[in-house]
Amino acid sequence: MMIGLAVLPPIAVALEEEFFIDLFSRVIIHAIAAVSLNLILGYGGMVSFGHAAYLGVGGYMVGIGTFHAFEDGVEWMGSGWVQFPAAILASALVALLIGAVSLRTRGVYFIMITLAFAQMLFFSGVGLEIYGADDGLNLYSTSDFSGWVDLSNESTLYYVSYAMLLLALYTSHRIIGSRFGWVIRGARSNERRMRAVGFPTYSYRLAAFMIAGGMCGLAGALMANHTEYVSPSMMHWTKSGDLIIMIVLGGMGTLFGPVVGAVAFLFLEEFLSSITEHWQIIFGPMLILVVLFARGGIDSLLTLRRRPDE
Amino acid sequence: MNEPILQVRQLVKRFGSLTATNHLDLTVVPGEVHAVIGPNGAGKTTLLGQIAGELKPDSGTIHFNGVNITHRPDHHRVHMGLARSFQITNLFTEFTVLENVMLAVQAQDGHSFRFWRPAQHDPSLREPALAILEEVDLRPRADAMAASLSHGEQRQLEIAIALTGQPKLLMLDEPMAGMGPVETQRMIEILQELRHRLTILLIEHDMDAVFSLADRISVVVYGDTIATGTPEDIRANEEVRQAYLGDTFSGPTTGSETPNSPAHGSEKPESGNPGSGNP
Repeated sequence: MMIGLAVLPPIAVALEEEFFIDLFSRVIIHAIAAVSLNLILGYGGMVSFGHAAYLGVGGYMVGIGTFHAFEDGVEWMGSGWVQFPAAILASALVALLIGAVSLRTRGVYFIMITLAFAQMLFFSGVGLEIYGADDGLNLYSTSDFSGWVDLSNESTLYYVSYAMLLLALYTSHRIIGSRFGWVIRGARSNERRMRAVGFPTYSYRLAAFMIAGGMCGLAGALMANHTEYVSPSMMHWTKSGDLIIMIVLGGMGTLFGPVVGAVAFLFLEEFLSSITEHWQIIFGPMLILVVLFARGGIDSLLTLRRRPDE
Repeated sequence: MNEPILQVRQLVKRFGSLTATNHLDLTVVPGEVHAVIGPNGAGKTTLLGQIAGELKPDSGTIHFNGVNITHRPDHHRVHMGLARSFQITNLFTEFTVLENVMLAVQAQDGHSFRFWRPAQHDPSLREPALAILEEVDLRPRADAMAASLSHGEQRQLEIAIALTGQPKLLMLDEPMAGMGPVETQRMIEILQELRHRLTILLIEHDMDAVFSLADRISVVVYGDTIATGTPEDIRANEEVRQAYLGDTFSGPTTGSETPNSPAHGSEKPESGNPGSGNP
């Protein structure tokens, strides 16, 4: 599948279906966000219902930077070299603050508190009159990488996003297998025992929360460049829900599950909404079927077919 | 007598109107196997939870090796040499036997903010973990999933995890719970080996095991210690007999395995209870 994604743009151009580049850029950017959420939700068992907040924070870093670069002539703020690191750092910082409070709770309380924080950010975005309030902010241009990379070119943006997805996957893979990753997975498996063998689980979870937040901020920055538009709706709770659905659909706690989930989700959305405006009526039952009959998500079904002897 | 390794003074823990630990005193000296016995709901597991740092006492103090640890977080206590096992088997079920112990080894091996190098084949985790598995007789099962072990093997793994990091005091919460005679015997042998190296605080209902292992026994009833002494003292103690051991328990040669023993017979249902034994 990853190879398929790599060769998509030239094929799409050849078939004169450039629309697919646009759709798949969207898919890939969402996949990065889903991979980041999977790190804490799938591997760490932390059901964060406010993950879209970091999409928003990352996106607004780009949006606000570009805004000031054009309105006030502060040129450095339009630079991608500034905007992208800022998006990652700001998101990680917000994750630190949200996590520091939320991670003291468990279960439903954790879900509710992360949701509440994300909604707070959503309404803060709505309150930002100068940056368009709930209408959002149109970007005058994409992030400026001193002429090296032109993100306004669809194929370029696609490949940059694709490279970032590979980076996110590789980073996830390394983290999950590292000592740190073991602590995170151990804490999901049995937190009480983790504490009894001497791990301060809170600090490790908080660090994981920050990493996931930063990674999602990167997705947010890409998303802003893709749509050339940022608005509070990026942070809306339904967006957080979409990310969770992608993970559940694709396969929680597997490396490629979130990518599979993002592809499946956005494709179904695209396809079903072309049939009916109420596409969720069809989508809902499909999700229920996956949850009931393929607990490991679509990824587990694919793996099963690949290795029938298991 | 040696300086005590563990000294609990006037410990109180209340859950609402229930006083689970009631001005309890307990002294454990280095090198001994100290058993804590008492009827169900006497507050044994609650006591252990407070010593381990999982529960906060309402008042009283706990000293470990002369240091006041009453307000130290649980993970600090582990690093000071205070390890515990759980009454209800409490493992990382999605991990293999070896990985379970490797995680415990990792907890002792500095911080784990190491994000990049794979841990799976790290010899500094594997080697010590394999050595500990050897010690509890589980080496051949190293690559089995923890969830697939038999009950007795899971209890052995429980001990293995508690053993990593060379604890000075090992607290065992009913290591023989739910075991058959053969498995119990095996566990007694493992503990007989361990007693040469460390101090053991043992909560156990199997009276044969208690009387064959313990150097001293404390009897806890309604959250307070009513007697502490050698197994002989405890057998002879009239108050203990009335409060706990019952009339069936008489004479130094009799175990508690008689079918109508209140101590053992009433315990069985508890081992199936997923919650902690005490409220």
